[in-house]
Order: sequence, then C-alpha cells, then structure tokens
Amino acid sequence: MLVLLVIFLVMAVRLFVIQIVDKRYSETAGNNALKYVTVYPARGRILDRNGNTIVENKITYDIMVSPRLVEPFDTLAICEIFNLEPEFVHERFAQYRDNARKIGYGSMPFLKQVSSEQYNAFAEKEYLFPGFDAVARTARIYPVNAGGNLIGYVSEVDRDYIEKHPEYRSGDYAGKTGMERAFEKRLCGEKGYTVYYRDARGRIKGHYDNGAIDKAAVAGSDIITTIDAGLQEYGETLMRNKVGSLVAIEPSTGEILSLVSSPGIGVSQLAEIGKYYKEISENPYNPMFNRTVQSAQPPGSVFKLVNGLIGMQEGVLTRDTWYPCNHGYTAGKVHVGCHYHASPINLPQSVAMSCNAYYCYVLRSILENRKYANVEEAFEKWREYVTSFGFGRKLGSDVPYELGGNVPTVNTYNKLHGKGRWRALSVISLSIGQGELGCTPLQIANLAATIANRGWFYTPHMIKGDETHPLDSAYCVRNYPLVDKEHFDVIVEGMSMSVYGDGGTSHVAQIPGIQMCGKTGTAQNPHGDDHSVFICFAPKDDPKIAVAAYIENGGFGASWAAPIASLLVEKYLNGEISPARQDLETRVKNGNLLYKVPVKKKRR
Amino acid sequence: MRRLRSHPYLKLDWTLIVCYLVLVVFGWLNIYSVLHGEGSNIFDVTQKYGKHFIWICVSLVTAVVIIRWLPANLWQGTAWLLYGAVILLLIATLVLGVSSHGSRSWIKIGTFRLQPAEFSKITTSLALATVMGKYGFNLKSFPNVLKVAAILLLPMALILLEKETGSVLVYVGFLVVLYREGMSGWIITFGFLTVLGFILTIVTSPYLAMVVAIGLFLIIFFFKQEQYFLGIIITAASVALLLLLRWILSLEKVAAVNPMAPEMWLAIITAAVSVVFIVRLLIWFPRRTFARNAFIALLCGISFIVSVEFFYGKVLQDHQRNRIDVFLGLVDDPKGVGYNLHQSMVAIGSGGFAGKGFMNGTQTSLGYVPEQETDFIFCTIGEEWGLLGALAVLALYLTIIFRILILADRTKDAFTRVFGYCVAMCLAVHVVINIGMTIGLMPVIGIPLPFLSYGGSALLAFTVMLAIFLKLVFDEQRILH
Repeated sequence: MLVLLVIFLVMAVRLFVIQIVDKRYSETAGNNALKYVTVYPARGRILDRNGNTIVENKITYDIMVSPRLVEPFDTLAICEIFNLEPEFVHERFAQYRDNARKIGYGSMPFLKQVSSEQYNAFAEKEYLFPGFDAVARTARIYPVNAGGNLIGYVSEVDRDYIEKHPEYRSGDYAGKTGMERAFEKRLCGEKGYTVYYRDARGRIKGHYDNGAIDKAAVAGSDIITTIDAGLQEYGETLMRNKVGSLVAIEPSTGEILSLVSSPGIGVSQLAEIGKYYKEISENPYNPMFNRTVQSAQPPGSVFKLVNGLIGMQEGVLTRDTWYPCNHGYTAGKVHVGCHYHASPINLPQSVAMSCNAYYCYVLRSILENRKYANVEEAFEKWREYVTSFGFGRKLGSDVPYELGGNVPTVNTYNKLHGKGRWRALSVISLSIGQGELGCTPLQIANLAATIANRGWFYTPHMIKGDETHPLDSAYCVRNYPLVDKEHFDVIVEGMSMSVYGDGGTSHVAQIPGIQMCGKTGTAQNPHGDDHSVFICFAPKDDPKIAVAAYIENGGFGASWAAPIASLLVEKYLNGEISPARQDLETRVKNGNLLYKVPVKKKRR
Repeated sequence: MRRLRSHPYLKLDWTLIVCYLVLVVFGWLNIYSVLHGEGSNIFDVTQKYGKHFIWICVSLVTAVVIIRWLPANLWQGTAWLLYGAVILLLIATLVLGVSSHGSRSWIKIGTFRLQPAEFSKITTSLALATVMGKYGFNLKSFPNVLKVAAILLLPMALILLEKETGSVLVYVGFLVVLYREGMSGWIITFGFLTVLGFILTIVTSPYLAMVVAIGLFLIIFFFKQEQYFLGIIITAASVALLLLLRWILSLEKVAAVNPMAPEMWLAIITAAVSVVFIVRLLIWFPRRTFARNAFIALLCGISFIVSVEFFYGKVLQDHQRNRIDVFLGLVDDPKGVGYNLHQSMVAIGSGGFAGKGFMNGTQTSLGYVPEQETDFIFCTIGEEWGLLGALAVLALYLTIIFRILILADRTKDAFTRVFGYCVAMCLAVHVVINIGMTIGLMPVIGIPLPFLSYGGSALLAFTVMLAIFLKLVFDEQRILH
C-alpha cells in the first residue's frame, strides 16, 4: 500500500512539473494550435572598402503547401503557372502522402526560389489552390563580377548541416564557403514569425491576437570588407587563364585589398551553385581551392630578402659586405648556379640582381656563426627569425581555411640526414627560398607589407570593424619581426635598385610617376616550369600597397608575376594604366599559361 | 424516512459507487470533448461518444443485476466455468478475430466489437480467488504453486499470441496478490532485479550491469550472515577492482591484443567461479541452501545480462529497439517513435493549473494526440481540466483502490479477500501504466484507463469486477448483521 502511495505521489509530482513548472510544454502546445509562419530575414549585404555593394539580395518566393488542407485542384493550372510537368506535382504529393504523419498540419516546400513574375501569376489565382501559399525569401545577387572565391556561396542547409547547427531548420539557407560561411552569424539575421490561429480542422482563422505575439525578422548585418571591388575585378582579369595567386595588402593597416586565386569561381556560378557544382568540382585546376591561403609553395628568390635581413641582424652581414659570384656558388660537391651579372657585389646589388651565390655565403655565415655551439643551434635561431615574419605558421587572418605553410625544423634535417650529420651546406637551398620551404601567397604578400613598413605588420584581414562588431583586437596590434628597422632600409634600397638600377631584375615593373620597389623570384619545382614570383610595394617612401604575385609555371619572376603585380599597383595608385604600359597590359590579359600547368588526374 | 435509512442497500459501499460514477461520467464527457464537432449531440449513437453512452448504460444495468439479483455465491461456483469460457473465447479470437493496430484481439458482433482479453482479467481473478480462497491453501506447497502458475500463464500466453503485450503486463499485478497471500518476496525482488539488469545493460553497459550484480550478490551474501562491516568492505573493494580492471582492459594497447570484450572476460570468470562454488556447496555443504541459491542467482544474472546484450543487439528489430531507446531516454525523437509521448506531454503540460476548460482543448481536439479517446484520454483531462482535474482523477483512483484493499482486508472470507486484491491490483496496474505512459514515466503501452477510456469491453469488464466485489462485501455484511 505504501508503495502504491509513493507511486501515486510520484505521478502527482510529475504532473505538477509538466503542468506548472516546465514552461516548455505550454509553448509547444501553442505551436500546434497556432500556426507560426516563418518570416525570413534579409541576409546582410557585403560591401567593399569604398562602400560599393559586392553582394546583395533580391526577392524570390518559395511556394509552400500544407498537404492536409489541399483540396482537389487543377494540376494543369499549377503546371502552367510554374512551367512544370504534371509528373512533378504527382511526385511531390506522393512524397507528402508517404510522410503524412510527420507533416501533420505543417507545410512543406513545393517549389523553391520562384521568380516575382511567376509569383504574381500565382497570387492572382491563389484562391483556386487552397493549401498552397507563398513565402517571401531572398536570394543572393552579385553586382560586381569578381571575388567569387572570397564571397563563397549560400545554399539550403542539408541534414548534416542541421545536425551540426541545431539552430537551423530545413529550408533555411546558410553560407557554405568563403565570407558567407566565415561571417554566417553576422550575415544570417534572425528569423521572425507571424502567428495565425487555427480552428479544430486546421483552417486558418486569422491573425492571432492582432499580431501581438508576432516577431519581426531581424535583417542580417552588413559586412564591410577591406577588399577594393574594382581592384579585385581588375586583378581577376589579369589572372585570367593563369593558375596562381595575386594578393594586395595595404601595409599601413594590414587590410587585404584584393585576394585573387585563379582560376576561381565566377559570381554567376555562385548564384546557381547547385547547377554548376559538378562542373566546378571537376575542373582540373580546382577552382574551389583558395590558393592564396591554402597553397604552400617554395617562395623562391623573394625569400633572399628574409635571409639578408637575418644576416644583418645577426651581425654577419652589412650593407657593404662584398661577395663574388662566378656563375654560381661552389663549395665541395655543392654547386648552386647563378645567372651572369657583375661581380663582386654588395647587399643592395645582390637584391637587385637576385644573386644566388651571395645568399649561399649569407646563409653559411648565419649558420656557421661562432656564436652558436653548432649548426643546430644556429638553425633554431634562424628559424625563430623566419617564423617571426609569419612564415611556417598560420598568420591568423580571417580568410577561411588559412594554412600555415612549412618552415623546416632541426628535426626535419635530423630525420633527413641523421642527427649531427648535416651542416650549413646541406640546407643551402634555403638561402634562395627553395628546399623544404612552403609559403602561402598571403604570407609572401605579408613579407612585402612588412618590408614596406620597414619592420612591422598588421595581421592581414579582409573584414573591417564597425560599431556593432569592432575589429578583432588581433588585427589592431603591430607585429614586429625580430629584425631592426635600419636593416630594412638596406633591403628597400636593393628592391628599388631591382626596379631601377643597372642589372636589376625587375625593370618591367617600372611605372611612370611611381617609385616602385620589387623583388623577383623564380621558384623551381618538380612539376614543370618554374613558378613566376614577384613581390613589390609602392610608393617607396609612403607605401600604399604591397603586392605578391605567384604565377604557377610562369617561368621567370619578370615574365609574368612582375607585370601582373605592377599593373595591379598602377591601377590602384593611378586608377588607370599609362599608355606606355598598355601593350604590357594587353599581353598579360591575353596570356594563357594553363597549358603549362600539369594536371593531376582526379581520382574517381 | 426511517424506512429509507434502514434500507438494506444503504449498506452497500457508497464511497466506491460514487467514485465510480464520477469517473464514468467524467470519462464520457471527455470522450465527447475530444470527438465533438459542430452541432454534434452527445447522445448520437452513430458517434463514439454515443456508443460509449450505450456501453455505460449496459454496464450500469449489468452492475445492478449483479448486485440486486444474482446470488453472491454464484461467482465462486461458476468461476471455473467462466474461466474456461473466456479461455475458449480467447482461442476463438485468435482464429476469428479482427486485426487492429497490429494485434488480433477483437471479436466483432454487429457494430460492437468485443475484446475478450479484458474479460479474462475477471475470470482469472475469480479462478485465482477460488483456488487460493480454499481453507488451508498454502503457497509453499509445490502443487499449489503449479496450479496458480497455470491459472495465470494460460491466459497470458493466449493474450501474448494476440500480440496484446500491454494486457499481459497487467498480469504482473497478480504477483503482488500472490505476495500478499504468502509468496516469497524473493520472487518479486528477483523480478525487480531482472528489470534493473535489463535497463542497466542497455543504458550503460553490460560490464557495469555485471559489476552491479556482483556487488549486490556480495552485499546480500554477507549481510545475510550478519557480517555487515566485512560485507561493505569486500563489496566496495571488489567493485573498485572490477572497475579498474575494465579501465585496464579498455586501454588502447590492451584492447588491441585483447580477443574478447571486457564484459565477456568478466562473465566467463564470474560464471566459472560461481560453478565451482555451487559444485563445492552441493558436495560438501548441502545444507547451506542460501549460499547455493545465491550463487545460482548470480550465475543466472550474469547469463541474463549477456543474453540481454545479445537479444537487444541481434534479435530485436529496429523499431522495437527504438521504442525501448525512446522510453529509456537514449534518443530524443519528437517526430518519430516518441511522437505520441511528446504530443501527450505537450497536451497535458499545456493545461497548466486550471486547464483550458471543457471542450476548449486545442491539442487534443485537433487530433495531435493519437488514440486520444482510448489510451490517451488522460491527456484531455490534463489539458482541459489542468492540474486540478488531473490530481482529482488520481485522488479518485487512489480512493477506489485503497477502499477496495481496506474492505478486502476486513473481510472474513478468503475468496472475497483474494478477489478484492485482484481487483485492486488490476486497477492499480492499469492506472499506473496508463497515466505513467501519458506523462512519460512509463513506456508507451496501449492499455486503457479504467472507467475513463472509450471502449465498451474494458468499461464493462471493470464495472463487472467492481460490482462482484461490492456484492461479495455487501452480502457478507448483510449475513453478519
């Protein structure tokens, strides 16, 4: 009897809990008797640094149907309005029947993203189709024909996505790549609802309580990017039919002005990603891959600047250290070749002429410095310098899926050669930016910005702060590599000589009226022709833009990367290309290097 | 007036009758509230509420006939006849029955459908009371146990064949009757442990269930010998050791070379130890029956856990596994298996303190809750009458059950007593399972709520049970005075 009493008491308590204490159940009960019609918010716009709209919305309609409320209707009339096959309608309704119990009195999408014209035609005859109604939705449109990869696409959430993000419901849209994904929380806004009252048969009787408990949708907030839409568009035309990256940064702020990964996804493809998805994913050049932050490649000769800076800071190199070059550098069995140029040369000249031998001497002097007990210790120090420039680690930018590249460690060589069995000469290719180095184009552009600033950089980023979302503090602090300012002046002198001096490798980057500083790179790689690399900044004394161009299999740095980067600089600073350089512009725009790029057969 | 006060029928137990009438009328009103449409009439016999009204009338007439005209000793005399008749009816249902919701438990007579399983409760109670009410009946004798088991198992088996799993569960209530009539408490303990083992195995892991079994075994074993301190220490040490053992066995490196799951190791070791002890005890200490039985129980427990793991993983079909999972709270699935439960709790929860008022329930009348008028009638009460109504119904049931138990205890007649216990336990099991199910304390098992649910067979059966008990008590009192 006592047991029975306890059981009844437990039931009474349970009743008390679900009827009085727990408010969850009463709210759900409202859900059933009241019909909540979701009001979808407009997604935030994406603006460029000058306030131009890159992404905005247009209104489309989803046609919804509540299967239980549907009365027999004229299938052909529906088909005529929406241009459908009758089979489509039958199929849909067969699905509804199969899931009738799950759907209950709820409504299901019948057609998605219907145009305004079709919606108007439907609205006129809506009374003929009880159970059908239309919900206003927004779809993305892209006024600027650029930045497809950066923006990313928006698509309807699937089951997997909902499982990971339980706040989403079937039928919602979410950013899947690029900025749309990275800033989904800010862009998506908040759904609202209108509440209708249903009678016992589920028919809608009217607006419940005169809209007192309706919730207005809150539009997503706009996002202002640091991208210059015009520059991005121009950069993409320059990169057409080439594989590689083009990154421009404003050195004084770390703001990314343009970020081109080529080939990329066109904005027209973004709008109808479902239709193009297969085509894009089957493209052998992998347009979904954001090379600017994901492809780690040897930086080539542009890395000599880093070694020069480290050498000076370590005190084993000065502006006026002279080294000979006899078509290269030879020590024992090691030989590093070099092109023909004057000899001996000092540091600025070595930058200007991109002498390989000079940097073999430099790296040896760094790694064989008596200061350090052995080569390992010296190498660790060298590595510390290199990573302080942002190499070998993620920079921490807000570009989605950024990778860190690779700077080898003592361990790398211990494994390769055996502990204690390697020396400076074993790693000599690091001196000219080859060997085990992997840098992303963003890191290389950041190097250009660091040199432009003479010794500091802001972490590159592509979103500006605003009142509601201030810029992340990580983007507001200057990062100082471990090299002092005066050493940067020597390197800048060399980069200037590279563009204007005798024997300089970057003459092609001269722009009338602008003081350019540049450095070419020609990165050897096992996959065909050398990669063409160029970094530059301008104007020399008040840098407004720093650029890195990395053109895969483009040959010498001066052949493609330097023209592309310098044209971008000219466009940004002058707004137009001077007549003297228009031939160059035409050559670059029409250049097609795709055939040179080895294509890996995609595995099925 | 004086005549009226001394009228013999005033000696009837009017507490029971009033509670019964209130519940029946309340049930009927709620059925109407669920199913009513515009301009419908509560007496419209083409509708379910009209039919239910007819059943109420039939039940009341039957009750009056039983109390007024039928002799009280009729039931003891015809118990076997009725029992046999219902068994035959159950068999007939298996052959001729109508299928509904996957079970074959109805016999159709005209427009009314009959569910013999409901009536089997009366006849089983009667038969049980007849056997156990005999002078000198003792559950300790083996033939008696066999008789009782046969009375219970025969209808259970037939109902199980009809796939009316819910009704079979009601028979569990009879175990309590047996306990009150002198059955060893170990059997109920054993049953409870079985359920505990099952749930632990599924919710946590077979290993943990085994550790709990071993722990319980040790503590009971030592406590029985009044070695409390030693018992606690040994139990705690063994449990800690076993948990440590599992941790070691599930380490990555050990697991890589371990050919068996940890629970299999434990099962085999425990089984081996138990067998050794059982054999030893059988040979050298045949008097120590408790120790022997304890080891046998441990052996059974371990094999039960292993077989549950196997049964649950390999034998059960997905939808069956799902139901258990939803009940045990392993998965939360408001649109699938848990739909009924979820909607039912929403309906009750939305009632609040005083409810939404008669015929104003939205959840229940919109058809969100399935089986609204039968198994889930309590939702309507919860929604439209709120906490007040729900608690009132609970109080009415509690009054009826306790009143029956009290009257049964008071009676001098063993037949009446056993029958009374049977009626009370039948009601209790129905109420607890049904209401427990609607508020998520029990798995969803389709059995009606006595006196309230739509369904003529159940109403009539419960009414007859109650009426027979009233008559038995009434008769005894009249004779005494």
